[in-house]
Amino acid sequence: MNVSVRSPLPVNIAPPSGSLPTREMPSAASMRMTVSHVNFFYGAKQVLFDISLGIASNKVTALIGPSGCGKSTLLRTFNRMDETVRHSRLEGDILLDGQDIHAQDVTQLRRRVGMVFQRPNPFPKSIFDNVAYGLRINGSKLALADAVEKSLRHAALWDEVKDHLHKSAYELSGGQQQRLCIARGLAVEPEVLLLDEPCSALDPISTAKIEELLVQLKDLCTIAIVTHNMQQAARVSDYTAFLLTGQLIEFTPTPHLFTTPTDPRTEAYITGRFG
Amino acid sequence: MAATTTTVPNAGPVSGSRSFLRKLREGDEIARIITFLFASTVVLVTILLVFELWHGSSLARHKFGFGFFVTSVWDPIAGDFGALPFIYGTLVTALVSLAIAVPLGIGAAIFLAELAPQKISDTLQFFIDLLAAVPSVIYGLLGVFIIVPIMREYIQPFLKSTLGFLPLFTGPAYGIGFFTAGIVLAIMVIPYIVSVSREVLLSVPRDQREAALALGSTRWESTWKVVVPFARTGIMGSIFLALARALGETMAVTMVIGNTPTISASLFSPGYSIAAVIANEFSEATGDLYVQSLIELGLVLFILTFVLNGLARLLIILTAQRGSEMGRT
Repeated sequence: MNVSVRSPLPVNIAPPSGSLPTREMPSAASMRMTVSHVNFFYGAKQVLFDISLGIASNKVTALIGPSGCGKSTLLRTFNRMDETVRHSRLEGDILLDGQDIHAQDVTQLRRRVGMVFQRPNPFPKSIFDNVAYGLRINGSKLALADAVEKSLRHAALWDEVKDHLHKSAYELSGGQQQRLCIARGLAVEPEVLLLDEPCSALDPISTAKIEELLVQLKDLCTIAIVTHNMQQAARVSDYTAFLLTGQLIEFTPTPHLFTTPTDPRTEAYITGRFG
Repeated sequence: MAATTTTVPNAGPVSGSRSFLRKLREGDEIARIITFLFASTVVLVTILLVFELWHGSSLARHKFGFGFFVTSVWDPIAGDFGALPFIYGTLVTALVSLAIAVPLGIGAAIFLAELAPQKISDTLQFFIDLLAAVPSVIYGLLGVFIIVPIMREYIQPFLKSTLGFLPLFTGPAYGIGFFTAGIVLAIMVIPYIVSVSREVLLSVPRDQREAALALGSTRWESTWKVVVPFARTGIMGSIFLALARALGETMAVTMVIGNTPTISASLFSPGYSIAAVIANEFSEATGDLYVQSLIELGLVLFILTFVLNGLARLLIILTAQRGSEMGRT
């Protein structure tokens, strides 16, 4: 018995009921965000090469690929967080609802396109104040408590924290902190929520909770998630983009990518031959 | 089946490593004792200091008792000593200096840490560190030759004509006095506040800034509402350092405060501070009671510093934002 060879399908995808969904990607009209011909440079080093893809409304789009393939960089361009890095440069267009995001006020854009980071990063404030932060800087005094409760419910954290909203966010477990960060992002009612490897610092149970949550959140907003965990992409996403060394190799509905990849490099990656 | 054996956790070599481990542990023990001894010298020196001050001032303590703190006579010829004007002078000059230095210092630190380009920040930091290393007598000279005349000719008359209705800004404009001493002290403690606060602000994790920015904060909102509160304890620490320096500063204060034991509501009035009177009079003090009264003043300064530090720490605890008291997990 040779244990070093993995089975060609390491992921557990429910077999498509009836016929396979079509290979067709959704039409341009149902795209929340459109990325076209994006090149990205850190100084002189180019890290993204001519990326074009769409983020479909109320779906989960996963970006996968090995470390250093540029998937996080790509995600961070969606709400212009890439601009916080000095000496970086972006070419190409990114549209949100058909409008160029670089023509918009960056703070307004980031209220519409929220982000959750790799490590849970709650503020050193109470649970309540963490969720209320975005609402307060927006100046909405209207029913703060209700909005906080709503966000915490959406993030499936309400039942665990409702009795101690004024405790420090740092008293929560890692998984709870990450859900708190999701609640904090949801509080400002973004149209798109970007998640940059949100489970990489979490244990399997917390990870499972967040994955479950993501699937539910689809009704609320559009989700783009970066993950190095292929199983996670398979479990939560509707569309998957595979990136390698800064290039978009394949972008299809998730079941297709994991069952019938068209590019040999995709197949090599999902069968665990590298990465 | 072979795969199951690989799941056994790697226990490492068991036999043969035992004596080595024990030696290592003994080494740890030695290191622990040595470093403990070093650390305990700090406590030892403090205890000796208090003991010496207490012991050396017994005569004055017995003669004046608690009255030492509340009488304002300082008459070496009659042998009558009271600490109140010196306590007052020390507190007032320290307060004036902090009132000026805290906003300036923290503002400068925020600029250097958050807004200035790296090169400018590093260059300015170099000069600030240089300022912190200037001997205090130089600041005293700066005070005597530059600040005192400016105060006398321009600032004090100006304050009198604009804010003269406040008792703080009344009386003749001598140039020297509480206000000038406070300003010189402020110049001396600003580098401490800037240096430490900048360091603390720079050490705020990047993910805190990113979290704030990603929620649609402007750069200023992320600085003022997230980064500064995160660094709050460290910034407070820099203020304590400044306070301790301001309370104990001797040379520069002696040169500009006027060296007159008075208690006056006016900041323009000449005054005296504890450290200044000890430095000025110790070498000329005749008679045991005089010397012991000065030593007791030293004890008072020690207690003052101790109490103010305690109060400041209490302030931090009491004003801590709800939920912020836990460290990062």
